[in-house]
Amino acid sequence: MAYSEKVIDHYENPRNVGSFDKGDESVGTGMVGAPACGDVMKLQIKVGKDGIIEDARFKTYGCGSAIASSSLVTEWVKGKKLDEAAGIKNTQIAAELSLPPVKIHCSILAEDAIKAAVEDYKKKHQ
Amino acid sequence: MTKPALSFPIYLDYSATTPVDPRVAQKMIPYLTEHYGNPASRSHALGWKAEEAVEEARENVAALVRCDARELVWTSGATESINLALKGAAEFYKSKGKHLVTVKTEHKATLDTMRELERRGFEVTYLDVGADGLLDLNQLEGALRKDTILASVMFVNNEIGVIQDIAAIGEMCRQKGILFHVDSAQATGKCDIDLQSLKVDLMSFSAHKTYGPKGVGALFVRRKPRVRLEAQMHGGGHERGFRSGTLATHQIAGMGEAFRLAKLEMAAECHRIRVLRDNLLAGIRQMEEVFVNGDLVRRVPHNLNVSFNFVEGESLIMAVKDIAVSSGSACTSASLEPSYVLRALGRSDELAHSSIRFTLGRFTTQEEIDYTADHLRAKVAKLRDLSPLWEMHKDGIDLSTVQWAAH
Repeated sequence: MAYSEKVIDHYENPRNVGSFDKGDESVGTGMVGAPACGDVMKLQIKVGKDGIIEDARFKTYGCGSAIASSSLVTEWVKGKKLDEAAGIKNTQIAAELSLPPVKIHCSILAEDAIKAAVEDYKKKHQ
Repeated sequence: MTKPALSFPIYLDYSATTPVDPRVAQKMIPYLTEHYGNPASRSHALGWKAEEAVEEARENVAALVRCDARELVWTSGATESINLALKGAAEFYKSKGKHLVTVKTEHKATLDTMRELERRGFEVTYLDVGADGLLDLNQLEGALRKDTILASVMFVNNEIGVIQDIAAIGEMCRQKGILFHVDSAQATGKCDIDLQSLKVDLMSFSAHKTYGPKGVGALFVRRKPRVRLEAQMHGGGHERGFRSGTLATHQIAGMGEAFRLAKLEMAAECHRIRVLRDNLLAGIRQMEEVFVNGDLVRRVPHNLNVSFNFVEGESLIMAVKDIAVSSGSACTSASLEPSYVLRALGRSDELAHSSIRFTLGRFTTQEEIDYTADHLRAKVAKLRDLSPLWEMHKDGIDLSTVQWAAH
């Protein structure tokens, strides 16, 4: 299968790989997917006192499109307010990476990962 | 003298297909341009010349598998041979019974043909294999019934390379008067095949897995005891009525030459490839959490199927783009189903998703194997750095206890 140039770029030079300390109050962690389905994404956001996402990290087990989708959203969420980040749609991710129909689920997973990370952060600060 | 530079991609997908051996290609060419007669033309020298080539090739194929040349029927490949064997025998012998037996890890050419026969009113039992990929003979015996007319088992599995006990299965079937078909597409040139001693009634062959051209194969149909088939292709009555259609002289000449070379070179080649395969395995085993799929002893030396835990197979194949291999995982399909063969071994979904099949062949070199092992180690390490599952494993978390948010 042919991958788009953007997928290959993110896959070969993934942005923001790594982990923050899950216990840190300023960190929200989202883990979505299942190994049995062939992809698991972990997305973490670091949120400033002003409620703006300062930094993000990811780790992904999955195909090239799953890795690219999660790498891309770590770039996109930075500098966004929590609700703005949670508003990112899978269709935007799929369009940016020119994902073929069989890979749309990768973009859905990335959207879910952002929502889960935001949710986790909000829970910590209720 | 300097070593020849590696050329990329390194081909380690010989079980998908092999390059045509240059000696085979040379043998084929004159039958396209010079000796172009129809082998069925009895009225002139061009026809006789073509017929001579076809019969010489038939002798060469027969010699590799120790059968009588008159027991071979030319086809377009193993898929057609399997279709002719299974449909032809089932239709001919249906008055004796309507039950057929096969194995869950067979090639789709067998499984899909069996599905078609089910649609036509036959009943098919699909047997499980053990964790080693091998068929348990007691289980087979238990599945055979009074109305069983045919069993079909592959000699060498295409994904994991394991060798079934064809001799023992043949004895069992013969004793019970059940026809036995064997798919040998992956076995020729890799395993000794002796149809004089094996109690096999039908055997399918392909040329392009053994350095011959694509588009040609053969079906062995035993004469003593005689096996009968209902033809699936009707026309001029070629191949004693088993398979009509003008014979593709050049393709057949190529298959004959490929099988002649296989007979000559098999022993030395298998030894050389086993050393390479073992070196590849040693290089891979320097990594943690790698698992060989299928029995390593009862296996052709050409095959290594490995799961790299915590790394997803498709991303690994994308990472090792310098190497032409195939994934056990059919992850590119919309269904996201991992390999049905690995699932039949009882491998977890995770390990089935993380598998790569390396298949070595005649033109594989030690330099290529060294490069492959180094390249793999680097890429697996990179992908594991990216993998949340690897991180969890390193933190001592048992992944089987994790509650996943399934999607």
